[in-house]
Amino acid sequence: MTAFIVRRLFWTLPVILIVIFFTFVLMRQIEGNPFRTSERNVPESIQQNLEEKFGLNDPWYVQYAKYVKGVFTLDLGPSLVLRGRDVNDIVREHFPESLELGGLAMLFALVVGIPLGMLSALRANSFLDYTAMFFSNVGFAIPSFLVATLLIYFFALQWGDVFGFPTSGWTTWQSKVLPSLALGLGPMAYFARLTRGTMLETLQQDYIRTAKAKGLRWRRIVAVHALRNSLIPVVTAAGPILGFLITGSFIIEQIFAIPGIGRYYVTAVTGRDYSVVMGLTVLLSIIVILANLVVDILYGILDPRTREART
Amino acid sequence: MAALEVRDLQTHFFTREGVVRAVDGVSFSVDRGQTLGIVGESGCGKSVTALSIMGLIPKPPAKIVGGEVQWEGRELTTLSERQLEDVRGHEIAMIFQDPMTSLNPTLTIGTQIKETLRRHLDISKDAARKRAIELLDEVGIPKPESRLDDYPHRLSGGMRQRAMIAIAISCNPELLIADEPTTALDVTVQAQVLDLLEELQASHEMAMILITHDMGVIAESADDVVVMYAGQIVEQAPVQELFDHPEHPYTEALLGALPQIDDASGRNQRLTAIRGRPPDLIDPPKACRFAARCPHASSGDSCATHMPELREIRPGHFVRSQHPASERAGKRVEVTA
Repeated sequence: MTAFIVRRLFWTLPVILIVIFFTFVLMRQIEGNPFRTSERNVPESIQQNLEEKFGLNDPWYVQYAKYVKGVFTLDLGPSLVLRGRDVNDIVREHFPESLELGGLAMLFALVVGIPLGMLSALRANSFLDYTAMFFSNVGFAIPSFLVATLLIYFFALQWGDVFGFPTSGWTTWQSKVLPSLALGLGPMAYFARLTRGTMLETLQQDYIRTAKAKGLRWRRIVAVHALRNSLIPVVTAAGPILGFLITGSFIIEQIFAIPGIGRYYVTAVTGRDYSVVMGLTVLLSIIVILANLVVDILYGILDPRTREART
Repeated sequence: MAALEVRDLQTHFFTREGVVRAVDGVSFSVDRGQTLGIVGESGCGKSVTALSIMGLIPKPPAKIVGGEVQWEGRELTTLSERQLEDVRGHEIAMIFQDPMTSLNPTLTIGTQIKETLRRHLDISKDAARKRAIELLDEVGIPKPESRLDDYPHRLSGGMRQRAMIAIAISCNPELLIADEPTTALDVTVQAQVLDLLEELQASHEMAMILITHDMGVIAESADDVVVMYAGQIVEQAPVQELFDHPEHPYTEALLGALPQIDDASGRNQRLTAIRGRPPDLIDPPKACRFAARCPHASSGDSCATHMPELREIRPGHFVRSQHPASERAGKRVEVTA
């Protein structure tokens, strides 16, 4: 198992190099330049100086090599637009908020979604099942900005006195509830549907019939024989979703005025802040890679058959 | 008194297309130490009969709509689910056709044996482990200590079926139901598993119900035989009697489909297949269900309008047909005389 993890970690290196390469190439393909925007009428000589200072006049392969070196020494370089700030600072200051938001949303999605799906499967085609699946369909279909707006309207404004949730911010625990719900609702609905489907399929398996024929109590059959096998596809889906939640919460951060990293990402793209875009992209790809590694490890714990192939 | 007595069992499936009479009035009994073979083709209701005894039919769509299952003086069809759980795996155990899918792939063999032991017997963890090793040894699995911690995918099909059998006999059941236990196995392994089942039956003094579509398996292992066709029993007799004097045209056809390698003439004979298919069990007509495939039914008789009763043609030998072999022979004698 340890050998497997080490090998997987080693293989993340080329993946990160490829990510850096493509982001680098793609960013250079976009028209424009951080110092030559229409709003700022900067004299040509100053622009020349700035470009010189940030190395933009170097050949692309020199820039690329410098950048790769920076990434592997954990220095993501200075921001080209925000004066006096390093990408490292931006990550250090704003990534924890995004991480916490994504983590809480994921927690909500798993803790509510999986039991809901299980319950639906165990009471398949009952009123409870139909109700749960109706709401998870709705939850899956509504975009998160609408969910966020509705949550703010009802739980922060209309019944704000009762619940005490603020409309925005990321300070007290109350302020973290609505954004986490808004972000986690879609994945929660997805997990519920997925768990229901795989659970129903698992309950049809021959080994469940064997477990019944052994006279085991139903609770044990569900918890030990059915749940574990049902969770394998859920875990598979959970890896990319976790990466997505931690990184892709720009809309929710914007609506709830959360000082997360999503906002920097978008403004950096529009402002051609190359180093910020690249730094964040590399960071996020590392997170997705790690999330997938965790999935693979969990996979081996859940299914002994996959464990063999790796030792 | 018989350990298990099934009387007029009726299990129906309530589907959108209609009510499927999967088991339609089946009666038999099994004594301790005896093996009852149930034989018939796919879909004849033999597995549903077994699952009905165990209370394992999928509800819905299936439901036991009539009849009795008397087990050691108790009526199983009226027991609650929790009471049935105490019977299953403890007093009546069952093994299934496909050992590749019947064991949980994510739990070790040991766990799957021990959980059965701990469920029914008041036994410590260590004692359960010791007992599990003994059981694996008893069913002929080599190096049982190390096999205990193996997952099922590490074992071959035959070894898995042995592990299934170890689970089944773990709590010393009085009845073992084996539903096509050798069908999914290699021919060489089939014989070993059948021998093992016979051995265990003798040493544990179990009653056994052996379900198969293979007349060869019946010949080897059964004491009494029930031949099922389209949800009903069409013939019932002790094994020797059935093979020597088959009465029902269907039984004859099943035996005719069996290769004869003992005598030289049989080696060159073509195997005869049974033409046609079994009838649809949704609203079957009031007629002999085998009539459409029966070589002896003719337009002049009542096969198409009348359902024959299961009658005792000789002591202990029952048949449901208007054209049993012995009466056909009789007729021919009449004609020539």
